[in-house]
This record gives sequence, C-alpha cells and structure tokens, in this order.
Amino acid sequence: MSLLEVKNLHVEIDGKKILNGLDLTVEKGQVHAIMGPNGSGKSTLSYVLAGKDEYDVTEGDILLDGVSILGMEPDERAAKGLFLAFQYPIEIPGVATMTFLRTAVNAQRKARGEAELTTPEFMKKVRDAAAKLEINQDMLRRAVNVGFSGGEKKRNEVLQMAMLEPRLAVLDETDSGLGIDALKIVSDGVNRLRSPERSFIVITHYQRLLDYIVPDVVHVLSKGRIVRTGGKELALELEEKGYAQYVGEAA
Amino acid sequence: MAELTVIRSATEEAILSRFNDFNATQSWGGDAVARQRQQAFETLKARGLPTRRVEQWKYTDLRAFMRDLPPLAPKPSEADAAAAARLTTSLDLPDAHRFLFVNGWNVAADQADGVERYRLADGDALPPLVTQALNRERSYADNAAVALNTAFMQDMMVLYVAPGTKLARPLHLIFRQTGDAPQSSFARVLLVVGAGAEVTLVETHDGPGGIAYQSNTIVEIEAGDGARVDHVRSNNAGDAALGLSTLGAQMGQDAKVTSFSMNIGGAMSRHQIFIGLMGKSSELVLQGATLLRGRQHADTTMEIDHAIGHCVAREMFKSVLDNESRSVFQGKITVRQHAQKTDGKMASHALLLSDDAEADHKPELEIFADDVVCGHGATAGALDDELLFYLKARGIPQKEAEALMIEAFIGETVETVNNEALREALMVATRQWLASRS
Repeated sequence: MSLLEVKNLHVEIDGKKILNGLDLTVEKGQVHAIMGPNGSGKSTLSYVLAGKDEYDVTEGDILLDGVSILGMEPDERAAKGLFLAFQYPIEIPGVATMTFLRTAVNAQRKARGEAELTTPEFMKKVRDAAAKLEINQDMLRRAVNVGFSGGEKKRNEVLQMAMLEPRLAVLDETDSGLGIDALKIVSDGVNRLRSPERSFIVITHYQRLLDYIVPDVVHVLSKGRIVRTGGKELALELEEKGYAQYVGEAA
Repeated sequence: MAELTVIRSATEEAILSRFNDFNATQSWGGDAVARQRQQAFETLKARGLPTRRVEQWKYTDLRAFMRDLPPLAPKPSEADAAAAARLTTSLDLPDAHRFLFVNGWNVAADQADGVERYRLADGDALPPLVTQALNRERSYADNAAVALNTAFMQDMMVLYVAPGTKLARPLHLIFRQTGDAPQSSFARVLLVVGAGAEVTLVETHDGPGGIAYQSNTIVEIEAGDGARVDHVRSNNAGDAALGLSTLGAQMGQDAKVTSFSMNIGGAMSRHQIFIGLMGKSSELVLQGATLLRGRQHADTTMEIDHAIGHCVAREMFKSVLDNESRSVFQGKITVRQHAQKTDGKMASHALLLSDDAEADHKPELEIFADDVVCGHGATAGALDDELLFYLKARGIPQKEAEALMIEAFIGETVETVNNEALREALMVATRQWLASRS
C-alpha cells in the first residue's frame, strides 16, 4: 500500500478554487519534490495535508496508509505520522521551546497509546537532536521562535521533525529566506532523517534545495494540478527554462 | 419644583436601619474611628449604593449586585475558628506567619519576629508612625465599598514593621468565610512598613461554595522611605459570594511596592487599588490575572496618584474569560502638575474564550505635568487561530493547545512575582483552573 495517495483533490478557500484535481502518490521511503510558480497551489497542498480548517475540500480524497484523513483534526493527523515544516514558523510567546517539544512528543505518544517519555529520556533525545542542528541550550529555553532569526526558525522546524519522527514530512519552502550555511545545516538535518520507512514531500520554488535534498521524483504544479512528473533531472530543466511553459497550461 | 424622592433599595434600607444599633455597640478606637465611622455612614446615607450611572461603577452596578445585606457575622466560636484554621489555601507557604480572619474576625495570629501586632478594639497603645497613618486623609474614603467597610468594621488589625527590619518570612493574611448561612463580614488591616524595611505580604480570600455571603476587606499599606513591599493576593471566594476588596497604599521616597492579584473565585468581585506615590523615585508594579467562567463578574479598579515626580509605575492586568463571564478593568492614572519625570505604563489584555464573554476596559490618564512618559494599551481578542493550528499540527489536541496558550498568557504576569514559591503556586492555580475547564 502507498503511504500517501492524493486522489483528484479539489480545494477552495473563500469560494476561490486553488487545487483542481490534484493526484499524487508517495511510496514509503521516497522523496518527492513539488515545484511550481507562485500561486500554483503549493502551500495550499501542504496546509490541506496538515488539516488547516479554512480550506474546503470539495472533491477527492487524501489517504494515509489507505485510510482517509479528511475528517481528522490536525493533531490526529500528526499522531498518525504526518508532519508539516512551516514556510513561516509561528512565534509562540511565553511557551518555552523545551516545554513545547515535550508537550508535542508526549501528546503524540499518548494518542498512539505509547508511554510518555521520562524526563531523562526526553532530555537526552532533545540534546542529541539539537546538537546536530547547532541549536544551543539557550534557544531551547527561549519561547518558541520568538526572536529567532529566519535560519533559527527553520532549524527549529527540523528539530521538531527529528523529535516527532514522522512517517511523512512535508517541507513547505524550507529553503526560503535561508543563507547557504543555514541551508546546508537544514538539509543535512533532513537527510539524516531519510530512511526506508520515512517519506518526504519537498515543496520548493527553486532547484537549489534539491542539490542538497536529492529527490526520487519531481512534480511540476501549475494552476492547482500536477502537469508534469519526472526524475531529479526535471528540476535542473526547470532551473534552466523556468516555469513559463507551464503557466497557461492545464486550465 | 417637586421634592426629590429617594427610593432606597432593600440593601440601602438595611444599611440605614442597622447602623445606629451597630454604632451604639462600638466604643473602640477612640474619636478618630468614631468620626470616620459616622462620616462613612453619612456618605452612604446621602449617596446610597452606586449604580452604573456613577462613572466609577459604570460596569459594576453595586446597587444591582447587592440585592440584600446578609446579617453581620458574629464572632466565631473557638471550635469554628479552630476548624477554619485547619483549611488550606493555594498560596500557603511553609515559612509564612499566618493571620487568620474568620468571617471578618481576626481569630488567630502567629508570633512573628520583627512584626508588632495591635488590635484597635483592644485599645493598644500605638507607635507614632501607626497613629500618623491612621489619621491620614484618604482620597478614597468616600468610595462606597470603603465606606461600607468603615461603617461596619468591628476591629482593625495593625501590623507594624519597624524601620530597617527586613522580614525573612512572608506574612499571610487569610480572609476566610465559613458557615452555611449567608453573612456579611468587614475586615480591615493596616500594615505600616518603616523606612528601609522589607516585607512580603500574602493575602488570600476563600469561602464555601453555594453560599451568597458578602465579604468586604480593606488592606492598607504604608511604605516608608526606601521600604519594599511585595504583595500577592489570591481570590478564591465561594462561587456564590460577593466580594469587595480594597488595597490602599501610600509610598514614600525610594519605596518599592509590587502587588499581584489573582481572581478566580466569587460570583461577583471587585478589587480596588488606590496608590499614592508621595515620595520621589519610588517604584510601583501592579499586576493581575483574572480567570472567569460561568456567569462570574470580576472588576479590577485602580487609581494611581503621582503626587510627586521621578516615580516609575508599571501596571499589567490580564483576564481570561470563558462562557458568559465578564471582566472589568478601570485604570486611572493622575500625574499632578509637579510630578515631572513620571514614567508610567499601563496595559490591560483580555482573552475571550467564548462569544458570550465580555471584557470592559477603561484606561484614564490625567496628566497635568509636561515632562512625563506615560502610556496605556488595552486589547481584547480570541486565541490566535494560526497559533492553535501550529500547535495542533504538532500533535497537541485542541484543549491542550488552548491550555498551553492561556498558561503562557497568564504566565507573563505571574513571572513578575519575586517569590519563587508563590510564582509556582500561582501557576499551579492557573493549571488547575485550566484542567477544570469543560
């Protein structure tokens, strides 16, 4: 069974159609890149997968392990192994990063019927994961993303991913606003998490990120549907020729 | 022109009819107390209880809330007092000196090193600083809640901390209501903190649920030059209770006073704060957290008088409102003409968890000096959907995500409390409130 199947997905927001019959199948262990021009529906796809409620699914379905997740709350989807790395991570004043991570990890474990992590287990795990992402203790004590630089916020997203160990991670323009050093740290963090049991959907506007996170499959999204699918060489072609040929297609 | 006919409410009638008999039995405190009592009564007689047409009471119609005046609570028996002494509060600290008031009566007091305790009803001889504080004119003497207390108080407890004394252990005033029948109680405390002395003062209010008792307390603090007073108050009154409480403080030069108030209990409560900054370079920090549900109504009304310049004042009050509850914040800051270099900031923030909840904020700045930095801000809103989505996307269920955000919202005020044990106790109380949300 495929890990993720998106079938003929139609999505509207405030009566405006964004996704127009999108199909996408992701197998276990695969990395899919979704590329496309601005306004093609990339971020909408990521939010709909995560379960943001202002998006109306008017047609189609999303199956995780063959089971529809459309009726599930975002937290239920997360507990089933779905993770969204936000393009713009949210600041949470007054909630320490450490508290947030622990609440999230244990809420998911509880939802899955697993025992909560003990304090020493949790501390060890978070220290190991943070060290690899060059996140220091001070950042962990600070409120989530408050006063973090763009790069720190993205590293914090990858830290959360490492702690939550999802089966399907959706990275929404994780490269946006990152310098080359930060891009490398973030990509290394993602690559360390690659495994035969874990899949990724990497949403990006630019090919640059795919030099670091090498995809198995590349899709081109335009006007709310996938208009072309190919191997990693497709990303290079897009880099060279741009999206012009896809704009205006698939209306 | 026709004579103005005053139609009195049942409560106003009860105040008038009971006062004379009550007054005749009160012979303590000498002329000063007798005069103040009479004056308070005359004020009540002339004005009645305030309605929403009185600006200070615009959002809390006291006349409507006080449908009756339950009988004055008699002095509790020794057995009742002993039973009340065994109850606990969320702010109990193992090292605190306790002063227990049951139904308005001071029934027990710990011996505290560095603190002298007097009861006016006992006719104790008082230190000059205390006499001076007692005789001071009070700008808020005419306030209805204060006048009620002054008219019907049966005693006043005075705590005196001599100049230079730094108390190692906190003082804890416990205002506790007991009994199965609704009663009225009027308790009053004056804390005089000499120059350079330091005191941590805890004040708690509690009582049985389901009983429509009325509690009216006044705590006055006289902070001498360079004195430091950290005050932490918690209202956990019973769910049918009506509570009026007043904090009055006069601050000398270089004094520092902080006061934090948490309001969780009571059907209706009003906490009034009157501060006079009378000496240069003093520092004032006022904070509050109100957590309401059901049809609770909680009013925080604050008046700060910058009588002299170079003082710093920071006020921040937050409320979290569920169901059909309502919070009121009125903050008035007066900066007098000569109070140059005043630095004041006031903020009030309400978090509405329900469409039927209501928050009323009324900031007022009256600035007569021209070289000051003063500002205020007020906000009211719901939990941020984007934030909630972020938390839920990480696997945190809705209720837990809300609790995390509310805890952070309240935590911002609680973190200003200096005493670590009290800070933790206030957060525990917040979490308990959140855990009991339906």
